[in-house]
Amino acid sequence: MRGLMRILLKYHFGILFIVLEIISLTIYINDTENNKNIILNSSHAIVAGFYNASSHVFEYFNLRKINYQLNKENAELKGKLKSAYKDNEINILDIYDSVYTKKYYHISAKVINNSINKQHNYLTLNKGSKQGVEPEMAVVSPTGIVGIVKEVSNNYSSVISILNTKLNISAKIKRNNYFGSLTWDGNDYTRMLLKEIPNHVERHIGDTIVTSGFSTIFPGGKLIGIISDFSDENNGNFFNIIIELSTDFKNLTYVYIIGNYDKTEQLDLEERTIND
Amino acid sequence: MIKIYLRNILRFVILVLFQVLVINNIQITPLLNPLIYTLFILLLPFETPGWLLLIVAFVLGISVDIFTNTPGLHTSATVFISVFRPFVLRSIAPRDGYEAGTFPRLAFYGFNWFFRYTLILVFIHHLFFFILEAFGFSNFLFIISRTLLSSFVSVFLIVLSQYIIYRD
Repeated sequence: MRGLMRILLKYHFGILFIVLEIISLTIYINDTENNKNIILNSSHAIVAGFYNASSHVFEYFNLRKINYQLNKENAELKGKLKSAYKDNEINILDIYDSVYTKKYYHISAKVINNSINKQHNYLTLNKGSKQGVEPEMAVVSPTGIVGIVKEVSNNYSSVISILNTKLNISAKIKRNNYFGSLTWDGNDYTRMLLKEIPNHVERHIGDTIVTSGFSTIFPGGKLIGIISDFSDENNGNFFNIIIELSTDFKNLTYVYIIGNYDKTEQLDLEERTIND
Repeated sequence: MIKIYLRNILRFVILVLFQVLVINNIQITPLLNPLIYTLFILLLPFETPGWLLLIVAFVLGISVDIFTNTPGLHTSATVFISVFRPFVLRSIAPRDGYEAGTFPRLAFYGFNWFFRYTLILVFIHHLFFFILEAFGFSNFLFIISRTLLSSFVSVFLIVLSQYIIYRD
């Protein structure tokens, strides 16, 4: 026993180093493999508070571009208003139409922290569970998809950016509905890869890529970007498409968080089907 | 003595906030990812016991990790270099050793000494960090170029900070 104590004392530096290194590597590998991160994330009130304060300053630098974007989006939405259409109806009756029920709801939020130069990029938003944000909700900007909510605290939420090598998103070519999985190679923040598209599919540079809507997270048809190149390193019958993102992640400021009313219903159904 | 503790705690807070709120907002290219918070480890007094050095490095890493949503990543890299610090300090020691009452700073031991000290530890830190972040060696050229560019900028900022803030 005395001998053991003496060894521990003599080599305490090395032993402590190994213990601390194993702890931190375990936390890191666990997080990378399982994508579960309960204690350490930037949705914590104190951490998010610092980001919130600093975003008040940096926000001003992007105002011109944001105004332009909002203006453009307003114009687009105004075009969809009832007043923008000519009324050809003779009988005006307000009917509750059960053919259309509302499926998605939108919460607007401000990006208070964002990065593009890591391998695993995250955003922090200034809305949390008190404002109705839940994990696994979709985040989109006026110009395209942004990410998926990972954790929420009372007033803040942290979001996995699509610029994260851990994330895969189901996407399709708008022209012919062939779908594949969208990933990021960690290199260029304006480009992503669409994988697993069969070889025979017709594709052209400039084709629009949108979300497939298969998951319960992203609504279908949300803009992602356009095809900028194909890569020929095909493994068998598939090839990769290089996509130019329509969202500029460098000056992202205002985004929408999209919730799905039918999420639990769809997930329950899918789970029952798999279990049978 | 208390003054040294207070000064180090203050430096800890300032460096962590400066790293996550200012340096992490430099997003020009994925190749450029300077990590300057290791300056805290570099500037700890010579007499800091080994166990304290490791624990402080662990806490420093976790603090940055919480901000950047990367649990364990900065922590492993920071603990990893703090184990090298005593050896690096010993191997680049001046002929007469380190005098009592001095700190590992440019003001005491000159540009050459401080530059070598910073370069070795910052380079190890960046290399370990980028390999771990990429989770493998698959894209080695990318890792190496990120390491070289980022450590160059980090070393520049760290050495510069010694001229700006610690002129005594």
